[in-house]
Amino acid sequence: MNFNTVYPMNEVTTAAALVDVNAVEVGLRAVSSPGLTAENVNVYYGDIQALQDVSINIYSKQITALIGPSGCGKSTFLRCLNRMNDVVDGCRITGNITLNGEDIYASDVDVVELRGRIGMVFQKPNPFPKSIFENIAYGPKIHGLAEHRSDLEECVVTSLQKAGLFEEVKDRMHQPATGLSGGQQQRLCIARAIAINPEVLLMDEPCSALDPIATGKVEDLMWELKENYSIVIVTHSMQQAARVSQRTGFFHLGDLVEVDSTENIFQNPVDSRTRDYITGRFG
Amino acid sequence: MIRNNKERLRKRARAEWRFRSYGILSLLFAGAALVFLVSTIVSSGHAAFFKTTIELEFPLGAERLNIETPYTRENLLAGNYYTAAKSSLYALFPEVTSRPEKRALSKMLSPGAELELRDYVINHPAEIGKTVTLEVPVSSDYDQLYKGHLPRTGTHTRLTEQEMGRFDQLVEEGYIHYRFNLGFLTGPDSRYPELAGIGGAIAGSFHALLVCFLLSFPLGIAAAVYLEEFSKDTRLTRMIEANINNLAAVPSVIFGLLGLAVILNVFGLPRGTPLVGGIVLALMTLPTIIISCRSSLRAISPGIRQGALAMGASPVQVVFQQVLPAAMPGTLTGTIIGLGQALGETAPLLMIGMVAFIANVPATPLDSSASLPVQIYLWAESAERGFVEKTAAAIIVIMTFLILMNLLAVIIRSRTQTKVE
Repeated sequence: MNFNTVYPMNEVTTAAALVDVNAVEVGLRAVSSPGLTAENVNVYYGDIQALQDVSINIYSKQITALIGPSGCGKSTFLRCLNRMNDVVDGCRITGNITLNGEDIYASDVDVVELRGRIGMVFQKPNPFPKSIFENIAYGPKIHGLAEHRSDLEECVVTSLQKAGLFEEVKDRMHQPATGLSGGQQQRLCIARAIAINPEVLLMDEPCSALDPIATGKVEDLMWELKENYSIVIVTHSMQQAARVSQRTGFFHLGDLVEVDSTENIFQNPVDSRTRDYITGRFG
Repeated sequence: MIRNNKERLRKRARAEWRFRSYGILSLLFAGAALVFLVSTIVSSGHAAFFKTTIELEFPLGAERLNIETPYTRENLLAGNYYTAAKSSLYALFPEVTSRPEKRALSKMLSPGAELELRDYVINHPAEIGKTVTLEVPVSSDYDQLYKGHLPRTGTHTRLTEQEMGRFDQLVEEGYIHYRFNLGFLTGPDSRYPELAGIGGAIAGSFHALLVCFLLSFPLGIAAAVYLEEFSKDTRLTRMIEANINNLAAVPSVIFGLLGLAVILNVFGLPRGTPLVGGIVLALMTLPTIIISCRSSLRAISPGIRQGALAMGASPVQVVFQQVLPAAMPGTLTGTIIGLGQALGETAPLLMIGMVAFIANVPATPLDSSASLPVQIYLWAESAERGFVEKTAAAIIVIMTFLILMNLLAVIIRSRTQTKVE
């Protein structure tokens, strides 16, 4: 892998980190330990710095929304959380990201196992060009989660049920997944991601390619899923962030400007840039 | 202003009409050329799928055939069927008594008549002592005469008035039959046009294509997957890429020379065999397969790779479980087209010696053999009138195989397309 991690991370306390610390004190509904923690994360693509000292806690059983104008680095940050940037040529990451206290960039971490614990759903629905059954069964197969065919079938059915898709597809399990509608495909991708029982679910603008009805279904699904998973969602839609998330982080030009409870961010932002973005003055 | 506009619209409509008519004209021209080509070949080649036979009575006396007891295979093979076959023909013309006349008459029978009689006796030893009626082939000149390809008068006629008269008499009396010639499709080549078959060439081409496929398909896919999915973009890989593209344009005779110099002379593999032919054809087919496999890999949406990676698949798993299966239809289409090209290649096979006269059907890729395009080349060069229709018929056979292969490619492509949609 053409990827370097610099240790130890620098210990300088930055403004962003301070904001984050405040946020922890200010607004939390369900108080729980942070499952996923990022400290002073810097990302470089070649010579260009894409993220600057980002520090944030992702709490479990909550939805954390990341908002900000295009190109602000929110997707880049999301992809750091399950090391998807590893495969990008010339990408370099410094800082510290831990999952339940374990450094996910440590040299002894198996990326395959890590991605089993941190699942991801993409902007564009990307079902594999195989049957619906095979799409869901792929993850459990490569992670060795199902010993027998019956276990696998059960896992596929429960995952589809959790994603609210089972009733719609139960008669066509062995037909190509590419024949589903866009919204169904996206819920299939979510079902696929939760079939391996991850702790964290990363969603990169999961509704930007969907119509309002399909978006509504995916949002309802996120509400249900948050009972069991921590969810991080990157979104362009402030309404969506306000509707589904409990905490919101605002990114601007590679900076995590502010992170707080969603209520505070939308009603009482501390930073003037956040206020401008939310009121639609730029972005 | 308005009139101006109308003028411009009319001009544009005329230009579009002109363009459409050029297109239709060129299509018509191409269609006419194709129809002309196919109809010429079919009209001159269809007769090769039929043979002219003569119905004769053969008294199978052991003494007459000069067979010794017991009737083992060796003893039966040693019999004198030549004389027996001829005398059966003489029996139809009791008026022919002089030696030169008899010799001229005996030329009506193909050497195949004697062989068919022998094979019949070997397969039915119980019939010895009885009299059987068999249909045996007539020689090429009479076959051509019956098919109407041989002029009855003029300088190009090859038979005398008397010979033609005797043959016409037999036709009138109903001894001459026109039968489907299965031996043409299954039998080996022969010096005698009426006996020559394309079965040996089909088997040789099949063995060569099998070797070609077994070598070039896995190698091509491995090379394409490595170059497209795993290699870093360095000067070396860029050079390899450029050279693969160049290889696709190298004249095939050069691959033949390479095979002659390296595979035959350095490695000492048996010359003129489908094994060597297949290796040379594999070298030619490799660039086609690599290029088609790489472009199908490139056409797979990056979302699938990302999705599989995010599910925790390793890069190798991503390629072999998701990307490559999705790219398979395109790769297979390219492979079949590459094999189709290989099937029609002549020059490299000439260079490695697959041009010899082989009078049996090869059983394995290690037996010397002909191949379809080389067989066409050999027959086209032969002087006998009877080989003209054989050449055209061989072209029909090779074109049928090519059309079938391309049809297979189309079917694979359309089936997977409907699956994805």
